[in-house]
Amino acid sequence: MTSLPSQPGSVKLGLVIDLDTCVGCQACVVNCKEWNAGGYAAPLSDSDPYGAHPSGAWLNRVHGFECGEGETARVVHFPKSCLHCEQPACVTVCPTGASYKRVEDGIVLVDEDRCIGCGLCAWACPYGAREMDPVTDVMKKCTLCVDRIYNENIAEEERLPACVRTCPANARHFGDLGDPTSEVSLLVAERGGYDLMPEMGYRPTNKYLPPRPRRDATTCGPTPARLEPVAPQGGLLGWVDRMLSAL
Amino acid sequence: MHPAKSIIAFTTLSGAGYGLLFLLALGAGLELLPADPWLGVLGLGLALGLVAAGLLCSTLHLGHPERAWRAVSQWRSSWLSREGLLALVTFLPALALAWGWVLEGRIWLAAAVPLALLAAATVYCTAMIYASLKTIRQWHHPLVPLLYLLYALATGGCLLVALQTAWGLRAHESAFVAALATTAAWVIKLRYWRDIDGGRAIATPESATGLGGLGKVRLLEPPHTEENYLLREMGYQVARKHAGKLRKLAAIAGLLLPLLALVLLLASDSGWWDLPLALLAALGALLGTLVERWLFFAEATHTVVLYYGRQA
Repeated sequence: MTSLPSQPGSVKLGLVIDLDTCVGCQACVVNCKEWNAGGYAAPLSDSDPYGAHPSGAWLNRVHGFECGEGETARVVHFPKSCLHCEQPACVTVCPTGASYKRVEDGIVLVDEDRCIGCGLCAWACPYGAREMDPVTDVMKKCTLCVDRIYNENIAEEERLPACVRTCPANARHFGDLGDPTSEVSLLVAERGGYDLMPEMGYRPTNKYLPPRPRRDATTCGPTPARLEPVAPQGGLLGWVDRMLSAL
Repeated sequence: MHPAKSIIAFTTLSGAGYGLLFLLALGAGLELLPADPWLGVLGLGLALGLVAAGLLCSTLHLGHPERAWRAVSQWRSSWLSREGLLALVTFLPALALAWGWVLEGRIWLAAAVPLALLAAATVYCTAMIYASLKTIRQWHHPLVPLLYLLYALATGGCLLVALQTAWGLRAHESAFVAALATTAAWVIKLRYWRDIDGGRAIATPESATGLGGLGKVRLLEPPHTEENYLLREMGYQVARKHAGKLRKLAAIAGLLLPLLALVLLLASDSGWWDLPLALLAALGALLGTLVERWLFFAEATHTVVLYYGRQA
């Protein structure tokens, strides 16, 4: 049923993404593709992968944004995948029942055997989280690695979404955002985690942590004044400076 | 939004078909149309043929058309599902009306009334597939359902006029309805175009990323080097360059041409020019609606482009 659960569950599994520490290395993008090309979402196809116009379905993408102007401008690496919204219109528009939101943990999934590939769910998603598989012609999306997080056949430390497990900067966190005492909820509270496009009313589960403010824009910015030659005061260098100036 | 030929053909053809079904049911029910079996065969055949052709076109848009039957199951939440279900259900009173009209030589009101209601409801559901999407401000507009209904009535009306004229019948009532629907459709369309042109963005790159606190947000590095599904499907940009010209062409073909032909038809006594005029009106209405429908898709912007350095 593509109606949403009438009684939403209390568990809301999701990701918390730290835009302060993400270095834009794309490791999460690659590991997501690697895992999901063989796991629950398999195949996660590409068309013409080694040709002139490669294209393919990916469940996680990292955008690079530039914010602000001049010396205080900064670059923010911005990973984006399904936000497992609490009001996912991608689910309710689905005509076949292929898209659904799980009551037990809030994960939004696609039953690929029921998907007719109409693409309406991708239109309904404001975030661009769904991509059509170019070979199997069914809709693909982040599964929150549902085949890892509950998988008792892999080591316990591996039971995390592939993107979280692989992030070398620890910029991705996974947990229950429905539990206010969970590590991820505390992180969100502490760092002022926020929703993307709250005005759309989809109430995403995933949260983003804002980049921390710079301690001092004048000491870490590329201030032209710092590159000017400065006469050293005192010490050996001061003596050398005085001697050379006297010549 | 990418203007897929299959969807444009689907909404235009099925719209005209349902408009014609609606007017046939109404005309027959009110005894404005003779219970001539051949008129029934041709009229209902044309209408149902257009509807069927439209529905078949829509399945071309699917990745798995063989699973299309599943699409009627989620009518509780999905407008697409409701549209599919009503489209199928509408065939029942249509076939019943055809049975009475063609085989019994009688118009059954018990078939005509539900047919008119279901035809209108189906077009409304088609419109709501688009109007319910909050992600596309040009579609999530209160006038969209009304416009779909009026275009269906205008194209269906012009087809009925052509049909009656070909039959040697006077088409005063239907020509009047068609002219009225055509005028209303385009007047409201002009208002709609003015609205969407001056419309405020529903979201910004700043709200999409939540980074507005740092200043203006610009895309520095796209997440992929080649076009992907999202950009092909929702990043369509070709049309906007010629949008102004296309709007004029659509209005000339869809409004001026049919209106002129219909007025001449209403004003004239019968003559050899009646059929060419009626056919001109129908052709113009269909052509104008096709261009209008193409623009409906091509001019629509989706919030996902905010992540790609564009405005939505």
